[in-house]
Amino acid sequence: MVCVKHVPDIQSERSLGPDGRLVRDGGDGTINELDENAVEAAVVLAEQARGAGEEAEVVVVTVGPDDAEDAVRRGLQLGADAAVHVLDDAIAGSDVFGTAAVLAAVLRRLGEQAPVDLVVTGMAGLDGLTSLLPAALAATLDLPQLTLAAEVTLADGAVTVRRDLDHAVEELTAPLPALVSVTDRANQPRYPNFQGIMAARKKPVESLTLADLGVDPSTVGAAGARTEVLEAAPRPPRTDRVLVTDDGQAGARLAAWLLERDLVRTTPATGEVL
Amino acid sequence: MATVLVLLDHAETGALRGNVLELATAARDLADGGEVHGLWVGDEPVDPALPVLGRHGVAVVHQVSTGAVDARLTPVLAEALADAVRETGATVLLALSTFENKEAAARLAVATGAGVVTDAAAVERDAEGRVVASKTVLAGTWTTRCAVRTDLAVVLLKAGAVVSRHVDEEAPLAPELRTRALAVSERATRAVVVRRTPAEPSDRPDLSSADVVVVGGRGTEGDFAPLEALADEVGAAIGSTRVATDEGWIGHETQIGQTGVTVSPRLYIGAGVSGAVHHRGGMQASGTIVAVNADPEAPIFEIADFGIVGDLFTVLPQVTEELRRLRQG
Repeated sequence: MVCVKHVPDIQSERSLGPDGRLVRDGGDGTINELDENAVEAAVVLAEQARGAGEEAEVVVVTVGPDDAEDAVRRGLQLGADAAVHVLDDAIAGSDVFGTAAVLAAVLRRLGEQAPVDLVVTGMAGLDGLTSLLPAALAATLDLPQLTLAAEVTLADGAVTVRRDLDHAVEELTAPLPALVSVTDRANQPRYPNFQGIMAARKKPVESLTLADLGVDPSTVGAAGARTEVLEAAPRPPRTDRVLVTDDGQAGARLAAWLLERDLVRTTPATGEVL
Repeated sequence: MATVLVLLDHAETGALRGNVLELATAARDLADGGEVHGLWVGDEPVDPALPVLGRHGVAVVHQVSTGAVDARLTPVLAEALADAVRETGATVLLALSTFENKEAAARLAVATGAGVVTDAAAVERDAEGRVVASKTVLAGTWTTRCAVRTDLAVVLLKAGAVVSRHVDEEAPLAPELRTRALAVSERATRAVVVRRTPAEPSDRPDLSSADVVVVGGRGTEGDFAPLEALADEVGAAIGSTRVATDEGWIGHETQIGQTGVTVSPRLYIGAGVSGAVHHRGGMQASGTIVAVNADPEAPIFEIADFGIVGDLFTVLPQVTEELRRLRQG
């Protein structure tokens, strides 16, 4: 099961509405780019499993309004076998924990048909960038979590990942079922060809409501959200900007400008370890 | 009055991470006369961590040992946090906004029902006593204020967001140290570390919290020497773009952007950086932005406070040289 999110294109002009929520109806929606790495990782693992004579299927899942179906359609073009789209007006305004509860319900439903061995997510959504969902979903499902994977391998009923942290490179392993989040270094998502796009049209997208999943609507949506946006405002544009073409003295001019504004101090920088 | 819990991030050597003092400072304001407690997970704090925490208003440090269990696993950290919240009755938890702490916060929130704000630039109480955090979103182009609606508020603050301050002189110098062993559950240890290779230590300031950051992109063509010289002169951290790390010119841990390190230094200097949206997402909240690039069409010039269209290999050495001359004179 791969979780994907439909987000406004980061190349577009993104904005927040008066309710503090992301404006999602600009027509510039797309699959969260980092989720393409999650789909690719899952599709490759499924291909390897099938190559070894095992049965494997990749189901791509999203939670969101009508447009969000585009995100799972893209997942199908990228090689997923089936899709689930959870669509319910009561979901609007959900926080990450509400979303995790809905995704957990989808997994339980899928699990009734066939065991779900692996949940794969991207490392972050490029809209909110909180990176909270993978760990929240793993905790909700009580699955072992292996996050920020730059490399994923499956063998003997266990998943192993390599993760490149700021201060160390780690290798983690856990028995299946498990949840893995992958970084944008994990792979290069394939570019869907014409055949892939045509094949995706024939693949099923199951649309589910909260009632189908047995999720209490009061636990999700804006009412169930644990935080509330009080204010949202665009940052004021930068003023007094200087743009020069180097005439042989621009570097010296910059040095003087930095000192005038006290931007370069002689004191050591912060962040030291005591 | 409230008890505020601060997660005391530290190096494996037991040295406190300096930015934690910013959290202690913010915690005093939120405690509103209540106590600030710290949670230290792992072996004993190394001097001078405790007296320094005391001077920054931490009344009690809870040192929790996890025995043979690896406390670097975030599910283990989450259980230590839940235990400390129960023990202290804290209604607010502050921690630095790192990937590890985000994971621990997410798990703590699932276990306790807490509300979480990540990447906060400031935190305060509003007139109704609610915890309210401010942050920049959408690649630094918008700012929001979020109120936490739950009994336990978890706020992850960006390093350098708050200026740390000492308490008044009559305050006790060292906090009370309470030591406890934590029985970690089986469910927190199902994923295990099989191998761990620590990164090479660096003499430069930590990138995510540095005051000044010098960043190299495609335009460096792999030669970071002029950037290193400037960084040495101003005590800056070195950052890079995705192109520079993909080319293998510099370690990936220096990559600034939406999927790498997010920085908001007082001064950002980009050399040969075009300013693709992925990169801007990790640096657009910087105080002052300086850009040197040979391409006048580079998008970074749209957000630069001081932009120079020119060759970084002549401009940067001149900046370094001139700063040295002016500051000596």
